[in-house]
Amino acid sequence: MAEVANSIDQNPIDQVDQATPTVIHAAAPPDLEVVNMTKRFGSLVALDNVSLHLKPATFHALLGENGAGKSTLVKCIMGFYRPTHGDVLVDHHSREIDSPRDAQRYGIGMVYQHFTSVPAMTVAENLVLSRLESPSVINWKQEMEHLATFMESSPFKVPLELPVSQLAAGQKQKLEILKQLYLKSRILILDEPTSVLTPSEADEVLGLIREQVTDRKLSVLIISHKFREVTAFCDEITVLRKGKFAGTGLVKDLAVSDMAEMMMGEKREPTPVKKTAQGEITPVLQVQEMRANKDNGVEAVQGLSLTVNTGEIVGIAGISGNGQREFVEVLAGQRSPTGGQILVNGEAYGMTRSEMYKHRVFVLPEEPLKNACVAHMSVAENLALRTFDLPPQAMGILVLFKAIREMATGLITSFKIKTPSPETPVGNLSGGNVQRTVLARELSADHINLLIAANPCFGLDFAMVDTIHTQILAARNRGVAVLLVSEDLDELLKLSDRILVISEGNFTYDSPIEQADFKAIGQAMAGH
Amino acid sequence: MAAEAIGWWGVPLSILAGTLRGSAPFLFVSLGECLTEKSGKINLGLEGTLLTGAMSAYAISYLASDKWGIPTSVSPWLGVLVAGCAGMILGFIHAWLSQQPKVNDIAVGIAMIIFGSGIAFFFGKAFIQPKAPQLPTIDLGGWSTMPALQSALKISPLFIFGILLAPLMAWFFKSTRWGLFVRAVGDSPDAALAMGVSIKRVRMLCIIAGSFLAGIGGACLSLYYPGLWSESISSGQGLMAVALVIFARWNPIQCLWASLFFGGAQAIGPALQSVGVDQGRYLFNAMPYILTLLIMIITCSPKKTLSGAPGALGTING
Repeated sequence: MAEVANSIDQNPIDQVDQATPTVIHAAAPPDLEVVNMTKRFGSLVALDNVSLHLKPATFHALLGENGAGKSTLVKCIMGFYRPTHGDVLVDHHSREIDSPRDAQRYGIGMVYQHFTSVPAMTVAENLVLSRLESPSVINWKQEMEHLATFMESSPFKVPLELPVSQLAAGQKQKLEILKQLYLKSRILILDEPTSVLTPSEADEVLGLIREQVTDRKLSVLIISHKFREVTAFCDEITVLRKGKFAGTGLVKDLAVSDMAEMMMGEKREPTPVKKTAQGEITPVLQVQEMRANKDNGVEAVQGLSLTVNTGEIVGIAGISGNGQREFVEVLAGQRSPTGGQILVNGEAYGMTRSEMYKHRVFVLPEEPLKNACVAHMSVAENLALRTFDLPPQAMGILVLFKAIREMATGLITSFKIKTPSPETPVGNLSGGNVQRTVLARELSADHINLLIAANPCFGLDFAMVDTIHTQILAARNRGVAVLLVSEDLDELLKLSDRILVISEGNFTYDSPIEQADFKAIGQAMAGH
Repeated sequence: MAAEAIGWWGVPLSILAGTLRGSAPFLFVSLGECLTEKSGKINLGLEGTLLTGAMSAYAISYLASDKWGIPTSVSPWLGVLVAGCAGMILGFIHAWLSQQPKVNDIAVGIAMIIFGSGIAFFFGKAFIQPKAPQLPTIDLGGWSTMPALQSALKISPLFIFGILLAPLMAWFFKSTRWGLFVRAVGDSPDAALAMGVSIKRVRMLCIIAGSFLAGIGGACLSLYYPGLWSESISSGQGLMAVALVIFARWNPIQCLWASLFFGGAQAIGPALQSVGVDQGRYLFNAMPYILTLLIMIITCSPKKTLSGAPGALGTING
């Protein structure tokens, strides 16, 4: 692995480094310390006196629930935010970091949760662009040669000439990490880097980074939710809770339950899943040979067929970008299919409003604010989107706002939607409360027949995830047919009665949950 | 008219002549808009910029030679420069306004069309009558004895500059650090931000530079072809050039071809008129507008997003 790091340095601007590689690599990565950091946004205290010590050549995990302040903390380190109070010490010297460029100068690089490569540009262009001292005029012949040598010796390979928009999610994530290695960052900050990867891809990526840490070439600070990854790869953890420091320690001294306790404040067991057996089973949703295109006209769904029966949760696993989004969009009526047939209750289903009403089809799409809400309309109006033109909320062509408001007030209480008033625009609510609003609208109807849910728990905290899981299961036990598309395998394994895997627009795995094999699912997700 | 002597051959010849003369404004405005849109903002106001450019170029050219005693070989060039600078001022206003939080660049653009043309008409009133010195032309038709061909091949150095500018801009986007920054800002502002690039500054500079080019496009109108100043001189060319950028898929080289195509389309009406086809001449004169509509219909599809469109285009900041 020593050659790897040497050739990372083979860069036109670093002739000096090249001459003395041993000296550079004998030194461990810099020591990074955050002391008493506080960050306020107006009256909101996002970070309250938090300290963290990333020792040289260690793999350090930053844990916490959503909204605990993890992202704020790393953004302060990276110079995105200016902390209200507190210091960042690099090698025991206080440093002013005002922008990510400053951070890069001190050898600190961050891999973000969302991809930061420019989709329309090629991998090579993205790498050159990311370099701080890239020349004003780029000599592509020379750059390509350097990039090729860099790529040859790097831990992962990504094709240089391909536009980033054509890379799979896993490759994009690798590119993000490669970018930091290319920039010779010695301290890597990773923000949930494995959320879009298959378990085996995640292990591969983290394993290779672990090797770099063990070889004392890198220090890593990783934000993660996955205890499995923390226990397998990390040395130390620091835990934040509601913006405050909640604890730190060595991974080898801590059990998973200890870490969970630090995160949540008290031990919280997820509500146990109870599935009741169903009597009569009839098919509700039947999809036959459905085909659909992506926005750019490329075929995303290549002839999918499936059946969802009453009182059954069919889970679809897969890495994002394999056609599940388009599949759900077709079923939700947001995209026209290019082929195939959809039947609900044995009748052809054309996703019109009247058919949705007749067959009692409800949808919990991903990104609810974008796909299921009108952001500028009020919470009450959004809650009434399915029913505003029907009695009792309407009389002829008149909409009765009083009835809408009453219904909304009821739902706001029963689904615990935190909103200043029913008239507040739904776009002003937090992500969790937007999801609650959609959940209230879609699950409050008396006779649900079919529920289609896509990543319903994405980005939500523990309590909210628990609520949604309970609601979905309750619906199933009432006899609702549920189609659950998710990127979270644990969620699918917990809820589904049958699990399918989608890869490149085809189902590559299909099994009842009792016989599902974790390893085979992982392989099917990766397209093998 | 010379075309009568050579009969129907005059039609393609005058279309060629019209293409070489009439494309320049399209070319400058579309390259300016291409640069602006690559950075993720739309500047519809280039129509107003074009008019302001045309007026200020004409006015300065006239004033410089007639009132300030600057030789007529220099004064039109001074006009071109001032037209570009006038464009930059309008560009600055657009850049500043359109980057305020929750401001829509289309709305600002429409305001800027009205503002730009208003300014041009207000200051331009006095210059409709006087004759300003015109830009020199390069005669490429010297080898021919045909006067029609000779006059067709009188090419403006500005047009040649525009033709060279297209590949230069393509090279800028591909092989310079700044070009990559512009594309990054236009395609994925988040990515650009993560690289520490100031989105505001890049967009500000792109919009100003794009408006400079549009101002020069205006100078082509008033100091080369048709070579006068009147309020109806642009007849919507600035807006058409915006449509043309979409047609050209945000590629400067294709902007060049598209500009030539539009310039040629504009010449169809006058060319047919010159050989005596008077019937439906208004229809032929409307060719550029019809083409604009057709292109919009053909290239728009509800099922596909445009390939090559900068990702941040049409999104509201803040």
